[in-house]
Amino acid sequence: MTQEEEIIIVPGRWDLPFRHTAGRVASHFLHALKDRRILALRCPRCRRVLVPPRPFCERCFVPLDDWVEVGQQGTLEAFTVCYARFTGLPDPPYCLSLVKLDGADTALQHLLGEVELEDVERMKQAVRIGMRVEAVWREEREGGIQDIRYFRPLP
Amino acid sequence: MPRRVAIVAAAPTRTSSHRTDVTYPELVYEAVSAALEQAGLQAADIDAVTYGSMDPFDGVFAPERWNVEACAGAGAAHRPLMKITTGGTTGGSTALAGYYHVASGLFDVVLAVASQRVGETLEAQLVLNTAIEPIYERWLGAGAITIAALQAVRHFWRYGTTEEDLALISVKNYENARRNPNAHLMRMLTAQDALNTRLVSWPLRLSDCCPSSDGACAIIFASEERARQIAERPAWVIGAGQITDNYWVGDRVWYEDWDSLSMLARRVYRQAKIQDPLAELDVAELYNAFTIQEIIEYEALGFCEKGKGAELIRRGVTTMQGQLPVCPSGGVLCTNPIGASGLIRVAEAALQVMGKADDRQVPGVKKALAHSWGAAIGFHTLMLLSSEAP
Repeated sequence: MTQEEEIIIVPGRWDLPFRHTAGRVASHFLHALKDRRILALRCPRCRRVLVPPRPFCERCFVPLDDWVEVGQQGTLEAFTVCYARFTGLPDPPYCLSLVKLDGADTALQHLLGEVELEDVERMKQAVRIGMRVEAVWREEREGGIQDIRYFRPLP
Repeated sequence: MPRRVAIVAAAPTRTSSHRTDVTYPELVYEAVSAALEQAGLQAADIDAVTYGSMDPFDGVFAPERWNVEACAGAGAAHRPLMKITTGGTTGGSTALAGYYHVASGLFDVVLAVASQRVGETLEAQLVLNTAIEPIYERWLGAGAITIAALQAVRHFWRYGTTEEDLALISVKNYENARRNPNAHLMRMLTAQDALNTRLVSWPLRLSDCCPSSDGACAIIFASEERARQIAERPAWVIGAGQITDNYWVGDRVWYEDWDSLSMLARRVYRQAKIQDPLAELDVAELYNAFTIQEIIEYEALGFCEKGKGAELIRRGVTTMQGQLPVCPSGGVLCTNPIGASGLIRVAEAALQVMGKADDRQVPGVKKALAHSWGAAIGFHTLMLLSSEAP
């Protein structure tokens, strides 16, 4: 062995197919998106309205079946704008946002659209915590979370 | 009653963006053999092994199989090995598991090892994204950087922290890393340099984000009787714990405060009888993968009031010359072999207490705190070490 000898690098790759069930609760939520309705589950004990809906309340540890419809408008609780490009992830820039819909107690993670993102200074003026936003729907909806195209600021 | 336990050896390896000079088992061997040598022990002296890694980053599933040959005591020596994976807290949990093994009275000398080759993945962010549930959220491309950016945006909004404050955290850690031969990033960085780096995810710039590193770390825990035989000045565990929070980040949007870490800190300080951490701790090794997190950690760990974290770095309180040096190693910000990083925090804290931190030694350390976070800022570990037995 000598120091001059080149180190050999062996390539590797994981390309593994999976399939993930949404289960009954998330499937019901996703089907309702086709009708432009955003559903939530209310906990009978703590009364919290949970979006996205889950089959049980982790705080009270009871099953949930009290479906309620929440608003399509809400408040921006937090956001970040990604400017870096990463292999296999969405093209930058995009605004990852947490929106608390009217009537819900938790925030939905989604995209914010129809705002200036390319120019950082203008983005800082345009996107603010506490701003009011509304859902923008896709014309062709197929029962997936992306049936909501994004949220946009209310005028 | 748990038994008294001490750390008798702590050995982080050299790190870089790709340790092409060693295979995975060789990297682990480097850490383990250094720890054995430091303690003056043989492989046969190890009663059990706890092993931590975050598998997908390495591209090798369950690397404890390949690496068992390098885990002294396990493998050909036929002792038990327990694998730990808890996101970014993996290394912290691996330390806790080692501690619990000895504290339980079931084992006397336990090796805790953690390793990660983030340098062998060509896209760490894509790997991180596989940790997000696939029904509602994965498509958004979220990962560690985005959750840290959410923390920063909220902290700026609520408490008035600025990009300049984040730059001060970078400068402090980069400067410290230059005294740590095991650090990955070891270059000069001024505040202006930091503010000139490109935006990754607003408001975090490249200088606010940790690198992808290859590295490993080994620690040896021993019972009181064995610790006194092995080491002249062991680092005694006087407080330790882990805490979890819920999965859905939309359920807890107050990212500017790290409530779960505050709760854990209160539990651990109670065990260790710490009342004023800023005054009583001599050094802290925090899991600062992103600059903003170090500021929020100051607050959650009770070094200052909520919202006042940036003032500590502005006043220099946490620099090497300050009242409570934070991350003399340069922290996770300068070196991040993810699954090993929590164990490196414990190792660095132990080396400080043992007086073996070389150029990065803080003089006269009696009490040192080690922290890690993981799981979309939901999990934390803490371990408090002391030069005096509890």
